[in-house]
Amino acid sequence: MRMDKTELILLAVAALLAAGGWIGPQWLVFLLTMALAKAMVVQGVVMQMRAGLVTFGQGLFFCVGGYAVGMSGHFLNITDLAVLLVIGVGVAVLLAMILGLLMTRYREIFFAMLSLAFSMILYGVLVKSSALGSTDGFNVKAWTLFGWSPAAGQGPLVLFMIIVASSTVLAVLLHRYGHSNAGMMCEAIRENEVRVEYLGQSPRWVLYMNYVAAAAVSALGGGFMALSAGHIDPEMAYWITSGEFVFIALLGGTAHVAAPFIAAIVFAVVRTYAIELVPHSWQMILGFTLLAIIVFLPKGLWSLFTGNARRAKA
Amino acid sequence: MTCILETQGLCKEFGAVTAAKDVNVRINKGEVVGVIGSNGAGKTTFINMVTGYLKPSRGEILFNNQSIIGRTPRAITRSGMARSFQVAQLFAQLSVLDNLLIAVAAAESPFPALLVPMRSASRIARADAILVEFGIPQWRDTLVTAVPQGVRKLIDIAMALIGDPQMLLLDEPTSGVSAEEKTALMDTVMRVVAEHQVTVLFVEHDMDVVRRYVSRILAFYSGEVLADGAPKDVLANAQVQEFVTGGAKAHDKTQRSAVK
Repeated sequence: MRMDKTELILLAVAALLAAGGWIGPQWLVFLLTMALAKAMVVQGVVMQMRAGLVTFGQGLFFCVGGYAVGMSGHFLNITDLAVLLVIGVGVAVLLAMILGLLMTRYREIFFAMLSLAFSMILYGVLVKSSALGSTDGFNVKAWTLFGWSPAAGQGPLVLFMIIVASSTVLAVLLHRYGHSNAGMMCEAIRENEVRVEYLGQSPRWVLYMNYVAAAAVSALGGGFMALSAGHIDPEMAYWITSGEFVFIALLGGTAHVAAPFIAAIVFAVVRTYAIELVPHSWQMILGFTLLAIIVFLPKGLWSLFTGNARRAKA
Repeated sequence: MTCILETQGLCKEFGAVTAAKDVNVRINKGEVVGVIGSNGAGKTTFINMVTGYLKPSRGEILFNNQSIIGRTPRAITRSGMARSFQVAQLFAQLSVLDNLLIAVAAAESPFPALLVPMRSASRIARADAILVEFGIPQWRDTLVTAVPQGVRKLIDIAMALIGDPQMLLLDEPTSGVSAEEKTALMDTVMRVVAEHQVTVLFVEHDMDVVRRYVSRILAFYSGEVLADGAPKDVLANAQVQEFVTGGAKAHDKTQRSAVK
């Protein structure tokens, strides 16, 4: 498998991140793990943005991934991390395959609102399900990996290494997807759906594949979040959570596969310090941050890199 | 001669407005047919019905002796009938090369691969070849928004031609193009389609362009085919002159002002 320059840079950055986690304090490891899990969900949002669709309901698949992991441990006694994540992704893919049949009929605000509606339906169901802990949710069982259980205190670091590795593989795959026939066809649909149809392609089929793939990626993030936090609750499907993913997507921009990862880390740091600084109005700082990004970097944080590259070329 | 496209009793109504009324047309393989008519005569409605964008209210459309009524535009495209548009339909934020690569990839398979790179050597070679055929290789890496209107029209037609269609429908290929550029543009288009041995049907308002390139004319008026035949016969037809080209009226006006 030949790797291009971007993929090699992604590998190098992942190695640095893993090394940083190795020597960094535990709070930083936890913060980065959560940020990377969220970044996976944001990748799902960005995949759809590249096709011209904005989803306000990606929390649906984030929640499905998390709950599938939690419930598999709770009710089926499955603790293997790999199996749990596969179940989480599998359930989300099945759900997306059903919902996608309807979702891909809609565009623009109708798609956004419908995605939000499905997410809120799940929220409503979970809130009313006492067997699943209602609004409190429930704790996720401790995970194992191929029969091995991490010793006390080891778990977060090992999970961090696993999520860094998974994020790297995902980033490489998404980078390839972005330049593949399907990825480019998504951009073409965003630009001119009528033309795509008259080239003999089905825009709906392309969007359906993209929707299902985005659901799988987001569910993986949900699964990691559940394993990392050790707890799941209906808030995962709440509209504010979905809005947060859109926020991070806008923060990073859609131009590069690394942008959601960078944005998720920046978001986590800004939020942590905002809560520290003004505990009762930290959302205001996030609001100003987004405002500044929209005004000064309309194409997101990634444009800082592309701007520098352009200046260097000139 | 073998018939490639036939419409039988084709009608289209939009509420109380009749956009096409009993249109019966036979196009033979290899013909270059010009469709003329004033604005609202039903030319684009005819093209839109034939290419699956609009569903006819009544009537039949046969392409290679098979009914294509109810088929989607993509199914009709894949069966061998491509089209270009009055306003070039391109992917604005992409380069000329990427526009063509998307067209090449779309022509290869109806199911785009998830991880196979679009920029393969063979696809790039195909796109480059078509750029050379149309005489626009210098625009290869330019964003389509930055290329002149005439070039955009050529890219639009090139994208339609990339799937090797049997028949090409061009909706006003010279609209929005300056008078000086029209002939050069149409010379290029007609040379390329002749090399590809494609049957062509094109809508055009400029009678000089029509006279120069077509072997047959369909004149539309008020949703109906007013005349169908060789260019010199159709353009000499009194009704066509009165309702389509305006030649008779203009002639009358000139005579009246001369008398005054």
